[in-house]
Amino acid sequence: MTTDKRDHLEYEGDDKGGASDEHSAHLVTYVLGLALAAFLTVASFWVAKTHLIYDPGIPMALATLAVAQMGIHLVFFLHLTTAPDNTNNVLALAFGLLIVGLVIFGSVWIMAHLNHNMMPMSQLMQMQR
Amino acid sequence: MSSTDSVITIADPYRLGHRGPNLARGHGGGGPATIRVIVGYGFWLFLLSDIVIFACLFATYAVLAPNTSGGPGARQIFDLDRVAWETACLLASSFCCGLATIAVARRNQILTQAALLVTGLLGLAFILLEVSEFTALYRQGDGPTRSAFLTGFFTLVGCHGMHVTAGLLWLGTMMAQFFAKGFRPDIGRRFLCFSMFWHFLDVVWVAIFSLVYLVGTRL
Repeated sequence: MTTDKRDHLEYEGDDKGGASDEHSAHLVTYVLGLALAAFLTVASFWVAKTHLIYDPGIPMALATLAVAQMGIHLVFFLHLTTAPDNTNNVLALAFGLLIVGLVIFGSVWIMAHLNHNMMPMSQLMQMQR
Repeated sequence: MSSTDSVITIADPYRLGHRGPNLARGHGGGGPATIRVIVGYGFWLFLLSDIVIFACLFATYAVLAPNTSGGPGARQIFDLDRVAWETACLLASSFCCGLATIAVARRNQILTQAALLVTGLLGLAFILLEVSEFTALYRQGDGPTRSAFLTGFFTLVGCHGMHVTAGLLWLGTMMAQFFAKGFRPDIGRRFLCFSMFWHFLDVVWVAIFSLVYLVGTRL
């Protein structure tokens, strides 16, 4: 019962918008997020089609734009902030990114070297004779 | 009393994120964290574990992508115009979900339902575009069994599509619950989780369209 009451008050807090709202649901935030995300999306498609950029640099350019846009989404849409009620979320995100980095870069690195160091198929067939 | 105050002042001299004289909740001084913050944190942990699953699928795709086994490569089968439309649908859908969050905070039933309906229709448009892409590939004989590259591609993009489909079902449930039960606090928390899920799907799609489709056509 007490829980419900507190919860209700808390929900009323959302109603006031503005300063009392810890999960800032502001139109400006979403419009700004949409504008930035749309700009970065258009930039990504432009990079993929243009011939103005040095070709081997294009994957890195696209990866950078993707990371930037994911950051925009996290801040403007998922409301990740540095506020005290968000410290745990940021720490969890940091750990998640560590795992993601280990899985992706580790896999690509190991498999690329395995491929590089493997004996060519013709020699392998000769050994089996 | 005054000694406690001085300790807190030293620990956080600029009172970052504190509004007015009250201390933040969930950090000792201001009482326990609100249920909304705790629920949001729990769901955030779920989303991060989902990100790890997607990371495994991305790693698999990255390793398998060069192995086309004589079949078509990324350059031959990816249609960037369709990908641009899919991206636009999902981004607009994510924005509408944000509008729904504002409408829920204002407890406006009509705006909430309208924003959620547009969110759902844009999500549905995304799914239909993706299904048309998959069926076209399958009819050409470039299904998931054609090559390791296509297996990785269908698994990764299909897994994201499954998430969006599940999200659509959840969205329909949320609309029904707001309609039938009103803006109760527990329904509000469910909607918080849904909105996080929906924005998160857009984040994953950013990685897919950049690293799978756009990089694929330029390698």
